[in-house]
Amino acid sequence: MAALTEEQALLKEQVSSWAREEAPVSKFREMRDRGTETGFDKGTWSAIAEMGWAGILIPEDQGGVAMGHLTFGVVLEELGRQLTASPLLTSAGTGACAIILAGSEAQKKEWLPGLSDGSQIFALAVDETPRHAAPDQIALQAEASGDGFILNGLKVHVPEGLSADAFIVAARTQGQPGESNGLSLFVIQGDTPGISRKRLRTADSRGYANIEFSGVHVARSALLGELDEAAPLLEQILDCGRAHLAAEMLGVAAQAFDMTLDYLKNRIQFGQPIGSFQALGHRASILYTEMEMTRSCVEAALEALDKGDENTAELCSLSKCKAGQFLHHMSNELIQIHGGIGMTDEFDAGLYLKRARALEYALGNEAFHRDRFASLRGF
Amino acid sequence: MANSSEALGSFREEVKSWLADHFPSSLAGQAGAVLRMESVDRSNPDLDLWIKRLGEKGWGTPTWPAEYGGGGLSQLEAQVLNQEIDAIGAFNPLIVTAGMGITMVGPTILEYGTEEQKKRHIPKICLGTTFWSLGYSEPNAGSDLASLQCRAEDMGDHWRLNGQKTWTSGADVSDWCGVLVRTDMDAPKRDGISFIMIDMNQSEIETRPIRLIAGASPFCETFFNNARAEKDDLLGDLNGGWTVGKRLLQHERQSQTGSSSGMGGGQKRSLRDVAEKYVGLDAQGKLSDRDLRGRLADHMMEARAHSLTIARIVAESRGNAKVSAAASILKNAAARVAQNRAELLLEMLGSHGLGWEGEEYNADELAAVRTWLSGKAMSIYGGSFEIQNNIIAKNILGLPENTQRG
Ligand SMILES: Cc1cc2nc3c(=O)[nH]c(=O)nc-3n(C[C@H](O)[C@H](O)[C@H](O)COP(=O)(O)OP(=O)(O)OC[C@H]3O[C@@H](n4cnc5c(N)ncnc54)[C@H](O)[C@@H]3O)c2cc1C
Repeated sequence: MAALTEEQALLKEQVSSWAREEAPVSKFREMRDRGTETGFDKGTWSAIAEMGWAGILIPEDQGGVAMGHLTFGVVLEELGRQLTASPLLTSAGTGACAIILAGSEAQKKEWLPGLSDGSQIFALAVDETPRHAAPDQIALQAEASGDGFILNGLKVHVPEGLSADAFIVAARTQGQPGESNGLSLFVIQGDTPGISRKRLRTADSRGYANIEFSGVHVARSALLGELDEAAPLLEQILDCGRAHLAAEMLGVAAQAFDMTLDYLKNRIQFGQPIGSFQALGHRASILYTEMEMTRSCVEAALEALDKGDENTAELCSLSKCKAGQFLHHMSNELIQIHGGIGMTDEFDAGLYLKRARALEYALGNEAFHRDRFASLRGF
Repeated sequence: MANSSEALGSFREEVKSWLADHFPSSLAGQAGAVLRMESVDRSNPDLDLWIKRLGEKGWGTPTWPAEYGGGGLSQLEAQVLNQEIDAIGAFNPLIVTAGMGITMVGPTILEYGTEEQKKRHIPKICLGTTFWSLGYSEPNAGSDLASLQCRAEDMGDHWRLNGQKTWTSGADVSDWCGVLVRTDMDAPKRDGISFIMIDMNQSEIETRPIRLIAGASPFCETFFNNARAEKDDLLGDLNGGWTVGKRLLQHERQSQTGSSSGMGGGQKRSLRDVAEKYVGLDAQGKLSDRDLRGRLADHMMEARAHSLTIARIVAESRGNAKVSAAASILKNAAARVAQNRAELLLEMLGSHGLGWEGEEYNADELAAVRTWLSGKAMSIYGGSFEIQNNIIAKNILGLPENTQRG
C-alpha cells in the first residue's frame, strides 16, 4: 500500500503552501469575476511549470523528471484543495500520457519537452455527447485521403479546449459507432484550418469548448499509435485521466471537509459549538471515514499506473467512483452544515459544489464506473 | 362550502370555466421562472393582470375568510382549485407581489391579529398589493432563534428598533416586514421576545442584498437604525412573540411541505422524457443506463410516497387540514425529493447540466442548474433538516431532550 516517500511528503508540503499563498481559492474567485479567455490564469500556469510539476510524468531524456503518477497525484490533490485552475491535469497529465503511451520516438521528441516545460498545452478531445460514453461510441470521422486524413465531426465540452495548442483526438477510421475496432488517435495542432472552437460558460467557471472539425486535413504523421487499433490505448489514456481526476477530487473534498470541520468547531448555536450535536458529529465521522477509504483507492490506482499492474483499469474505475461519491456527499454536506452562509456566493462553498459536479461528470460519473467495474470483474 | 363529491364536482366545473376566462394563456408554463423569483419577467403585463384577477377573486388565498378578501373555500375546494390550476399550466402568482404575506404572515395575522390589524393588512395581501418579508434570523441566531438580539424599545407612543437581521428574503423590495425583536432584556431568552410589524418604507432601515450561489440576490442583510414602528403594530401579546413566531414558522413549514400546489407543480418536465432524450433507451425501451434507471425509479417512488402522504393527511383531517406536527415530516421529505430530483436531472443532462449561461445551452438546461443550486436552501430555511428532526423526535415521538437544546 502506498505510503508517501519522504520526497513525496516534502513535495506535498511545498505544493500545499505554494497553493495557499500563490494560487488560493480567492484568486480563482477573482478570475471568475474578472473573466478570462482561457479559464485559468497564465501567470499561475507559468509558475506551476517553472516548479517542474508539468514534467512529473515525463521521462528525463524528454525534459521531465519522471517521478510517476503517485507523485503527480500529490500535486493534483493539493492544487485541488484550493481549486487552483490550470491545464496541469489535462495537458501534463492526460495529454502527456497519450504521447508517452502511444507516441513514436519522433512524436515524443516533438511534443514532450513542450508539455514538460508548460509551453505546449494539450487537450483531450474524446466526448461527443453530454454524458461520457465508452470509446466504442465514437463517431467523429477520419477518412483516409492521399497520404493523410480528413476529419469531420464534433467534440463537446473539451476541458482546456479554449487554450489548447494541440488536441489529442479520438476518431473513427473504420466501422460504426458501437464497434471497438476502427478507432484511431491523432495529435492535431489547434490552429489547423477547419478547427473551430465555441466557448462554453459553465457553472464551474473553467475553460471548456466545443470543438468542431470540418474538413480538417492532417498528415499521416499526426496518427498516434496504430491505425484502427486505438481502443485499448484510449482506455489506458482515459484511465490515467480518471486516476488523476480522482486525486484532484480527493483534494477538493478534503478541503471541503476541513472547512466543515472548522465550522463545526467554531459556529456556536444554543450556547455550544454545533459540532457537539451528535447529529452533526456523526455526519462528520461518516465523512471522515469516506475520506480515508477514498484516499486508499486513489493512491492504489495511481500506484497501479506507476507499476503497470494488470488490474489498473479496475482500480481506476474504483477510485473515480469512490472519489465521486465522497465528493458528491461532501459538497452537499458542506452547504448544509454551513446553513445560510453556505448558500451565499461570498462564501466559497458554492465554488466547491460547482467544481464537484464538473469533476464527477468528467470521464465517467459514478454510475459509469460502477458499470465498468462490474464488466471488468466479469459480471 | 361544498364538500360532498357532487358539490365538489360542480365547483370543479365553475373553477374550470373561470380559469378558462381569466388565466392569460401567455403565462402558461411560466411558473418556474416566475416563482423562482430570479428572472421574473415583469414586463409581461399579463402577469400583473393575472395577479389582479386572481387576487380580486380571492383565490390567491383560497381558504382565507371572504370578509377580509380571501376565497372562503374549504380545504377540499382549495385542493380542487389547485388541481385545476396545475392542470392548465397556470400557477398562483400572488407570491410575486405579496411575498411571505401569502404563506406565513397572513395566516398568522388571521390567528393573532386584532380586528383592526386584520382589516388593515389581510385584504392587501389577498390582492397582492403589499409585499411582506420576515425578519427572524440574525448572524448569531439562526437555528437558535431565541438568542436573537435585535431590540425594540417602548418610546411611549411608538417602538424604536435597533439591530441587525440577516438572510431576510425580499427585504429590499418589501413594504412590510414581520420582525422578531427583544422587548425585555432581562427575561429568560424566549420570554422577552415580541413580534412587530414594521413599515419598511423608512430611511432608518437599510437593506443590503446578498448574492446566492445560484446567482440571484433574493435575500438581504437588514439593519434597523432607530427605525420606527407604531404602537398598534405589535402582533399578539407583548413578550409573547415566541409563541406567535413559532406559529408562523409552522405556517412556513406547511407552505414548504409540497402540499400547497397551485405552484406550477403540473408543469414540471417529466424526468422520463429528459432521460429518454439525454440518456437514451435500449431496444426494449428501457433506460440504457441501468444504474440510473434504478435510482430514477427510486426517486419517483419516494416522490409518490410523499404526495400520497400529503393526500392521506388531508383525508384523515376530513378536509380541514390544520397546521400539524406532520409538517416537519413533510417538509423534510419535500426537500429531499426536490433536491434529489435536481441532482438526477443534472446527472442526466451531463455536461449540459453544467451550463451557466450562453446560447450553447437551452433554457431548460440553464434552469436545471439554477434550480439545483437554489434548491440546496430547502433543507436550510424554515428550520433546517436537522431542526425538523429534532422537532419530530421531541414533539411527535416524545423522546426526552438531552442537554443539547434545539
Ligand atoms: C434561501 C434562504 C432564505 C431565507 N430566508 C429567510 C427569511 O426570509 N427570514 C429569516 O429570518 N431567515 C431566512 N433564512 C434563514 C434561515 O432561517 C436560517 O439560515 C436557518 O434558520 C439556519 O440558521 P443558520 O443559517 O444560522 O445556520 P445554523 O443555525 O448556524 O446551523 C448550521 C448547521 O447546524 C445545524 N444545527 C444547528 N443547531 C442544531 C441542533 N441543535 N442539532 C442538530 N443540528 C443543528 C443546522 O441544521 C445547520 O446544518 C433564509 C435562509 C436561506 C438559505
